[in-house]
Amino acid sequence: MEEKKAVVSVLGLDQKGITARVTNVLYMNDANILDISQTIISGYFTMVLIADISGEKCDFDRLGEELSLLGETLGVQIKLQRSEIFESMYRI
Amino acid sequence: MVTPSEVLSVLQMIDKQKLDVRTITMGINLLSCASDDDERLCQKVYDKVCFSAKDLVRTGEQIEKDFGVPIVNKRISVTPAALISGGMKNHVRLAEALDKAAQTTGVNFIGGYTALVQKAQTENDIRLIDSMPEALSVTRRLCGSVNVGSTKAGINMSAVRRMGRVIKELSQRTSQIRGFGCAKLVVFCNAVEDNPFMAGAFHGAGEGDLAINVGVSGPGVVASALEQVKGMPFDKVAEVIKRTAFSITRVGQLVALEASRRLNVPFGIVDLSLAPTPAVGDSVAKILEGMGLEVCGCHGTTAALALLNDAVKKGGVMASSRVGGLSGAFIPVSEDAGMISAAKIGALSIEKLEAMTAVCSVGLDMIAVPGDTPEETISAIIADEAAIGMINNKTTAVRLVPVPGAQVGEMVEFGGLFGSAPVMPLSRFSAKGFIEREGHIPAPLNSLKN
Repeated sequence: MEEKKAVVSVLGLDQKGITARVTNVLYMNDANILDISQTIISGYFTMVLIADISGEKCDFDRLGEELSLLGETLGVQIKLQRSEIFESMYRI
Repeated sequence: MVTPSEVLSVLQMIDKQKLDVRTITMGINLLSCASDDDERLCQKVYDKVCFSAKDLVRTGEQIEKDFGVPIVNKRISVTPAALISGGMKNHVRLAEALDKAAQTTGVNFIGGYTALVQKAQTENDIRLIDSMPEALSVTRRLCGSVNVGSTKAGINMSAVRRMGRVIKELSQRTSQIRGFGCAKLVVFCNAVEDNPFMAGAFHGAGEGDLAINVGVSGPGVVASALEQVKGMPFDKVAEVIKRTAFSITRVGQLVALEASRRLNVPFGIVDLSLAPTPAVGDSVAKILEGMGLEVCGCHGTTAALALLNDAVKKGGVMASSRVGGLSGAFIPVSEDAGMISAAKIGALSIEKLEAMTAVCSVGLDMIAVPGDTPEETISAIIADEAAIGMINNKTTAVRLVPVPGAQVGEMVEFGGLFGSAPVMPLSRFSAKGFIEREGHIPAPLNSLKN
């Protein structure tokens, strides 16, 4: 099966359990985490996570909705985007 | 693998600097719809447009969601109406059919109520052009254009004269919305056949059945990139603009290929134009000011724009497999917050704008002028612009809005993406005797390349 990759970005005030809750949503939606990096820039939590979303039970739209809903609950911005957008802008 | 800093910088471009794909425009060939029966022709046109573009808006919205990049407009361009309407009795019915098809498919504009008369006009071209004031005032989503000149053919001065009258009449017919009908009509020299931007989009006669053309934008991204090279020499400025244009165009290329694949419609071109909107931070004027000009329109503006336009093309060409359309920088006065404020304080005059059109991608665009401007003056402005295009081998255009009842200096609100503009002063001296000559300005020597 063709590998489909997505980028999850989380930006906002740091708080307990962000990573756990985001990765849980990914797990529940049959997405496999390929890479994860996080840092705190002047109190702001910044996480970029790359996931394989080619799983059979993984529905991109539903995953996106659940993540942005979680973002609202936590008061942070969570975005799900297909990885091609980032790859194409910096690579030929 | 994508790095976090790349992700963050793209997010910043989209959220803060207003990077977007301005339009996915589907070109639809209507040549097969020609008929000598008005009703039959209109039905065929309506059916073909609705069938071809039935998934356009939905697909555009899905791509927007998948990549997280805004796709502001979904639009349609069709074969110039003059090429299929030869047998028609009432052209306005075709305009209404196109407008209705735009409404059914959910696109915000449909372009192609167009005649190409750079060398001469047929009887049908004349009837179509004369129907424009009514056609563009009774419809909402239809845009029209007329190509009155080209480097190869010269300038059709009879058509130039006619367009002055048409623009005035269209302005009067839409006086209750301050002449806004004129925002849907462009007069071109060297019109391009695959332009995705309105109001001048049409699907040229040399095009295939269908095409996906994409217009990207992002003046805000360029303006913010320029902050990295504050005070540095122009070589550095050009490099930064090229690199930024490359990134922006890659987004357009990605969206175009994806739309083409999902809709099963051939990919046409990416138009790498910097198209401003009235939103703060989405202005071409601010880029020019970022190069060190006190205000857009002061001396030096033409040189700054020339550098910008050229660097955008150079960066963009590498980023896309097929570049076309107008590709460069747009300078629509009412749609650019920086241009609006420059015009308001009198820093930007129509004469300076005319000079700027010699080095940017289009022409005198979205300029409000007094409603009592004589039609010959409008024709003369068109003639000047067409001459710049003809001699310099480039596209030029005129989209003027004579605002009924408005005087110089008054602010006119067009709303939404069309913004607002102060009514600009024009020369008070007459070109009547010049315009009344009609006939044809011969093609220049540089047309003889064979």
